Amino acid sequence: MLTFVNNTSTSILLFLISVLGIFLNQKNILVMLMSLEMMFLSISFNLIFASIYLDDITGQIFSLLILTVAAAESSIGLAILVIYYRIRNVITVELMHLMKG
Amino acid sequence: MYLLILWLPLLGSILTGFLGRFLGHKGSSIISIICVFLSTLLSILAFYEVGLLGINHYITVSPWIEVGLLKISWSFLFDSITVTMLVVITLISSLVHLYSLEYMQNDPHLPRFMAFLEIFTFFMLVLVTSDNLVQMFVGWEGVGLASYLLINFWFTRLAANQSAIKALVVNRIGDFGLSLGILTTFYIFQSVDYLTIFSLIPLYTEYYLNFGGFYVSGLTLIGIFLFIGAVGKSAQLGLHTWLPDAMEGPTPVSALIHAATMVTAGVFLLIRFSPLIEFSSTVLNILIVFGSLTAFFAGMTGVFQNDLKRVIAYSTCSQLGYMVFSCGISCYNISMFHLANHAFFKALLFLSAGSVIHALANEQDMRRMGSLVKFLPLTYSLMLIGSLALVGFPFLTGFYSKDFILEVTQITLNNNLQNIQGAFACWLGNLSVFFTAFYSFRLIYLTFINSVNTTKKIVLTSHEPSLLMLVPLIILGLGSIFIGYLGKDLFIGLGTDFWKSAIFILPSNSYFIEAEWLSVNLKWLPFLLSSLGILLASFINTTKIHVYLYNTFYRNMCFLVNKKWYWDILYNRFFVYPLLNFGYLVSFKNLDRGFIELSGPYGLSRVVTTWSQLFSNIQTGQLSHYLFFIVLGVCLFLITIFNQIELIIFYSVLIFFI
Repeated sequence: MLTFVNNTSTSILLFLISVLGIFLNQKNILVMLMSLEMMFLSISFNLIFASIYLDDITGQIFSLLILTVAAAESSIGLAILVIYYRIRNVITVELMHLMKG
Repeated sequence: MYLLILWLPLLGSILTGFLGRFLGHKGSSIISIICVFLSTLLSILAFYEVGLLGINHYITVSPWIEVGLLKISWSFLFDSITVTMLVVITLISSLVHLYSLEYMQNDPHLPRFMAFLEIFTFFMLVLVTSDNLVQMFVGWEGVGLASYLLINFWFTRLAANQSAIKALVVNRIGDFGLSLGILTTFYIFQSVDYLTIFSLIPLYTEYYLNFGGFYVSGLTLIGIFLFIGAVGKSAQLGLHTWLPDAMEGPTPVSALIHAATMVTAGVFLLIRFSPLIEFSSTVLNILIVFGSLTAFFAGMTGVFQNDLKRVIAYSTCSQLGYMVFSCGISCYNISMFHLANHAFFKALLFLSAGSVIHALANEQDMRRMGSLVKFLPLTYSLMLIGSLALVGFPFLTGFYSKDFILEVTQITLNNNLQNIQGAFACWLGNLSVFFTAFYSFRLIYLTFINSVNTTKKIVLTSHEPSLLMLVPLIILGLGSIFIGYLGKDLFIGLGTDFWKSAIFILPSNSYFIEAEWLSVNLKWLPFLLSSLGILLASFINTTKIHVYLYNTFYRNMCFLVNKKWYWDILYNRFFVYPLLNFGYLVSFKNLDRGFIELSGPYGLSRVVTTWSQLFSNIQTGQLSHYLFFIVLGVCLFLITIFNQIELIIFYSVLIFFI
C-alpha cells in the first residue's frame, strides 16, 4: 500500500529535481524543456495520488488535462526552439541575452 | 490741540513727500516749516497746560487690537515727561528744519529731506506720547526707520549706505530686546498699558519666573529687556558703535538724531519705566555700571577723534551715559532735566559744526581747520557757549544738570551707604567731566584758534552763514545759556510737584536732599576737573608742549583711542564676520543648499534614478537569472504565507539588503 508520505515526498522530490534541472542548467535549452516536462509529470503524479487518496475522480481528470496541456506545450516549445535554432544556429542558454532590462 | 501736535508733522511729511515735485523747494520748505512751527507752539501750550497747570491729558482715539485679554488702543498720554519731551523734540526739530533750509539749499532732494525730517519728528512724537508699549514700539521702530532714511539721505555714497545699515541693524538688536520686554510685560501683567502696569508693579515685587528651576524676578527681567532696548537706541557701551558712524548723514540730521530725538528715546524709556526699574535693584545697578562706563569710554574716545562731528557724537554718547547712570541712582528727574538741557547745547554744537563745515566747503577734519575765529566770529561765540554749557561751566545750562548728577553720585561715596556701583559711577563720571572739558576745548582750539591748516582759497571764501542759519543757532545759544537756570526749580527743585505721578522714586532710593548738604570740596570737584581739562587743552594747544608728548606710549595710546578702542574691529572680527560666515557656510551652503536639498528635491530625485537603474540592471537578459528571481520570489512568497512573517519586517530586511 502506498503510504501518504512516500508518494508525496516522491512527487515533491521529483519536482525539486526538475526545478534544479532548470535552475542549474546554463548550457542546453533541451534539458530545460525536459525538466519542464518532469515538473508536469511530478504534478500529475501528485494529483493522481491525491485523487486515489481522497477517493475523488477530479484529480485524475486534472492530470489528464495536464498531460494534454504538457503535450501541446512541449510541441510549441520545440517548435520555437527549432525556429530559434534556424535563426541563431545555437541553442546555448547563456548566449540568449539580447533582451536586457 | 494735543493730537494736532502729532498730526501736523505727519501732514507736512505727507505733503512734502508725495507732492514735493509739485511744491518745489520753496513750497515744500514753507509747508514743512509751518507744520513744525505750529506743532512747536502747540507743544509749548501743552507744556503750559500739563506741566505748569498740572492737568494730565489722556486721549483715546480708537481701538487697535482687541484679542482676548490683549486690548490695545491708539491712545495718547500727556503727562509731565511727555510734554517735556514734546517741547524738546518739536523745538529742536523746528530749529533744525529752519537751519536745513539754507544748509541743504543746493541739494536737489530738499523736499525729500524735509519729508524725512518731519516723519522722524512724527515718529518721535508717537514714541513719547503713547500710553502703551505697543504704540510706543511703533514710534520706536519708526524712529529707527527714519534714522535709516536720513543717514542714508545721500544714497549714492557708499559710506552713507553702510552706516545707515549699521545704524538700523544695531538698533534692531536693541529693538529685539525691547520687543522681548513687551512680551514679558504682557505675560506678567496681562496688559501693555502704562497705567495698568505701573499700578500693578508694587504687587509683583515677589513675582518670580521659573526657568527650569532657575528663578528670575519678573520685574528684573522686564527691566533688563527694556534696558537692552535703551542700549541700542541710546548708544550705551556695547551697542554704541552705530552712533559715530551715523555722522555720514547731513549735519542737521546729526543734530536732530544725535542731540534731541533719537538717542534720547532710550533714556526716555528708562525714565518712563521708573516705577518698574525702582523695584529692581539689579536693573538699577546695571544702569549705573553701563551708564558710567559709557560716559567714561565715550569721553575718553572723544579726546583723540579728529573728525569735527565725531567728537560731538562721542560727546553725545558720553552725556547719554550720564543720563543712564543718573537713572540708575534713581534720579530720573535729573536725568530728564539733563536730557532737555543736553538737547539744547548739543543741537547748538552740531549746528555750529555744520556752520563751520558749510563755511569750509564740507571739510570735516579738525586738523585741516584753524583760525576761524577771524572769519566766523559769531559761530565761534556760539560754539564756545555750547562747549562751555557742555563742560558744565557755572551758570550755563550744563552746570545745573550735569554737575547735579555728579553731586548726587558723590553722596554714594558715603561709607554708610555701601554703594559700590554708585562710587564707581561717581569716579568715572568725574573723570569723564575732565575728558569732556578737554575734548570740547581741543575742538575749539583746533577749529577756531590755532593757526590755519587749510588752503588759502577755502579760508578766503569762508563766511558766516546767512540769517536763516544763524537764527536757529542764536535761539539755541540763548537756550544753552538760560534753560538750565530757568528750568532748575521746575524740574529738579526741592519739592517740586512738576513730575507728579509721572516719575516714581522709592523713598529708600532717594538721596535727593542729601545732595544739598554735601561737603563743599566734593561739590567743587567736577568744576575743578573741568577747569583742569580746559586749562590742559589750552596749555597743550597754545604752547609747543605737545612736541614733547610724542613718545611711543603716547602714540600707542592715541592710536588706540583714535581707533575707538578697537570696538569696531573686535566686533567685526568676533561677531560680524563669524556671523556672516555662519550665514554663508552653515545656514546657506550646508543647510539650505546642502542638507535640506539633499534630503529634499535634489537628493530624492537622485535616489529615484539610481534605484530604478539598479532595478533595471537586475534584468540581465540571462534566462537563468530570470529563473532565479522567479524561484526566489516563489520561495519568499511561500515563506511569508506559511510562516506568517510580518510583512513590514520582511520588506525592511529586503530593502536593507538591496
